[in-house]
Amino acid sequence: MSTVNTKNIMIVGVGGQGTLLTSRILGGIMTKAGYDVKLSEVHGMSQRGGSVVTYVRYGEKVAEPIVEEGQADVLIAFERLEALRYAHFLKPDGVLVVNDHKIDPITVVTGAAEYPENIIKELSVNCKVYSINAAEEALKLGNSRVFNCIVLGVAAKHMDFSKEEWLDVIANTVPTKTIEINQKAFLVGYES
Amino acid sequence: MSEKKMMLGNEAIARGAYEAGVKVSAAYPGTPSTEISENLVKYPEIYCEWSPNEKVAMEVAIGASISGVRAMASMKHVGFNVAADPMYTAAYIGANGGLVAVVADDPGMYSSQNEQDTRQICRAAQVPVLEPSDSQEAKDYMKLAFILSEKYDTPIVLRTTTRLAHSQGMVVLEDRTVPMDKPYERNIAKNVMMPAMAIKRHIFVEQRLKDMAKDACTMTVANEGFAKDTPLNRVEMNDTTIGFITSGIPYTYVKEACPDASVLKLGMVHPLPVELIKDFASKVDTLYIFEELEPVIEEQVRAMGIDCIGKEAFTLQGEYSANMIRRVILKQDLKLKEPAKVAGRPPLLCPGCPHRSVYSVLKKLKIHAAGDIGCYTLGAVAPLSVVDTTVCMGSSISSLHGMEMAKGKEYIKNWVAVIGDSTFMHTGINSLMNMVYNQGTGTVIILDNSTTGMTGHQDHAATGKTLMGQTVPAINIYHLCKALGIEHVTEIDAFDTEGLENLIKEEVARDAVSVIITKAPCVLLKEVQFPNVCRPLPEKCKKCGKCLQPGCPALTKNEDGTITIDQTMCNGCGLCKQWCPFDAIEEIVR
Repeated sequence: MSTVNTKNIMIVGVGGQGTLLTSRILGGIMTKAGYDVKLSEVHGMSQRGGSVVTYVRYGEKVAEPIVEEGQADVLIAFERLEALRYAHFLKPDGVLVVNDHKIDPITVVTGAAEYPENIIKELSVNCKVYSINAAEEALKLGNSRVFNCIVLGVAAKHMDFSKEEWLDVIANTVPTKTIEINQKAFLVGYES
Repeated sequence: MSEKKMMLGNEAIARGAYEAGVKVSAAYPGTPSTEISENLVKYPEIYCEWSPNEKVAMEVAIGASISGVRAMASMKHVGFNVAADPMYTAAYIGANGGLVAVVADDPGMYSSQNEQDTRQICRAAQVPVLEPSDSQEAKDYMKLAFILSEKYDTPIVLRTTTRLAHSQGMVVLEDRTVPMDKPYERNIAKNVMMPAMAIKRHIFVEQRLKDMAKDACTMTVANEGFAKDTPLNRVEMNDTTIGFITSGIPYTYVKEACPDASVLKLGMVHPLPVELIKDFASKVDTLYIFEELEPVIEEQVRAMGIDCIGKEAFTLQGEYSANMIRRVILKQDLKLKEPAKVAGRPPLLCPGCPHRSVYSVLKKLKIHAAGDIGCYTLGAVAPLSVVDTTVCMGSSISSLHGMEMAKGKEYIKNWVAVIGDSTFMHTGINSLMNMVYNQGTGTVIILDNSTTGMTGHQDHAATGKTLMGQTVPAINIYHLCKALGIEHVTEIDAFDTEGLENLIKEEVARDAVSVIITKAPCVLLKEVQFPNVCRPLPEKCKKCGKCLQPGCPALTKNEDGTITIDQTMCNGCGLCKQWCPFDAIEEIVR
């Protein structure tokens, strides 16, 4: 195990998009590498289509289980508006990986609020942004639900683990029937 | 070498109970406590049940303890109110086999109707409280709780919070050790709480708390993960300019922000180790009490005559953080960026949710709903906006009855009570008995989706399956209502909006109690299949927006006024199709 300071990863998205599965893949790879890991999830009411956030922290010895404002090394956003909502959690040199996908919140559907234009362009002014239209890429693979592994593949390029380690942990985390498609999806992002 | 595993706080609590040799566990689901039972049931050695409510669960555990085995109940903070009646008296009876209640608070109210602090209830009930700060401690403290329960003849509460319950950390696994069952001896002076006996037990209870407060200064916990026999209330003496008294998750924030400060980390937050606190306070220049929610520790420390800083610097609301310490105590300029002002994304009913169908009819009829606790509480927010009140489990029916008794039966002709099947079995049934007995005329809609939805699909007495997976005769809600003597009980498909509209009109007009049971399973249940999806037909669309009124998240309005239906989100319930006056939506096979 290398001696590093604690690293902070955040996964944000809309309830039902699979942030829990993604955080468990992250937790799995970090544990296997011998790090101390803490992970904090959202269950319950917020999971029903609300804004959700999951924190993953790893290092020699991790104290708190949450990532605080201004401290995220990598922010993985499964949706554009959620990227914008949590962008201030990034460190000045943090990396934002965003799924270029829009899900209207109910406040936009009812006309009470507006969905901002040009989110990715605006975020790019102050952050290192890597975006991918994972929904479209997932459809090409024939399974719309594996978009989160595609986004994870993009994010993986900014973390300290090898391709083999990633494929291995995916195989150990996702349901057996979906191992192959999830690994394929991961590679779409990783090799993008 | 012992095995290590990443575990949720709740999973670690279950593991601790398993290793401690627990034989009986009872619970009612409630975020953030639900996963305790869901993990316990994976150990076939333990009898686990979903009870209809927390009072029953607590009493099941008390009975098991009296019989001589280690037993537990778990619940969320508001569930502890329901279980308060047995718990307050269990404090007098004490424990034969170890008796532990796990109670989960929800600072920040991620999934709750209030932000109450369990430590205060435990002080009132005179029950000792342990509070872990990570998954490893959750397991270790759970085991200690059973030992303390038997040693001091008392129930113990293990208090957690959402952040602990739903965070994962490394846990060292050990083997299960089942102690010999304690012999049962008839002892009415201890187990029958009537005045003559309870007067004597009360003296015992007071003395017990004094003894524990004294012993708490030297109590240890066998912490297998790190070093054996760590002090339960642990002094970490470092730089003495700043000292913290803290516990639970806030302890991790202190360690993050001030690794060099002196800390008194409390593992037992009631009763407090008075001498240890006095000694620690005398050694630091400025003493901070860092506790989420109520100033429970702070007020007691002040009552000891010790000067400290607590709630004047830190909030009573929500969760704490390390940044809070950096800002308030260390006076650091964190140079944080302003969060972007963006559209809120509140939780909502899922695409295909049967509750949406019922609510869309209530909205059309301009009927108010006295609501209850569950996913269907979400019917309070736009665009449905039909739920007017929500108090606690079971309150929909009784509060509607109260309105009627206050204002008369005409007043509630445009009101109904709405309650889910699991909540009805929890305490709604009592309220319905009351409505019948006291001659109310309310209309009660039981939203029967065959599960406990919000907490992630747990069975209950009306689903026909137990927590341990046994198939049993389901209590039939229709016949249950009939048995109360209610003449007008009707079952209807939740998606039959036309039939439902007529039925609701008829029943609210009736001068008698009536029950409508709307039936359709929760869309998230694994066995529910959706062969169809809905698809807009833009050439027929008149852009009236009617289909958007039920607020299904799969539908979005295009710039030209037509709609798009997200094919990955749509569950093909056909509600939007029913609402379209122009046949501009079709259902097709997926």
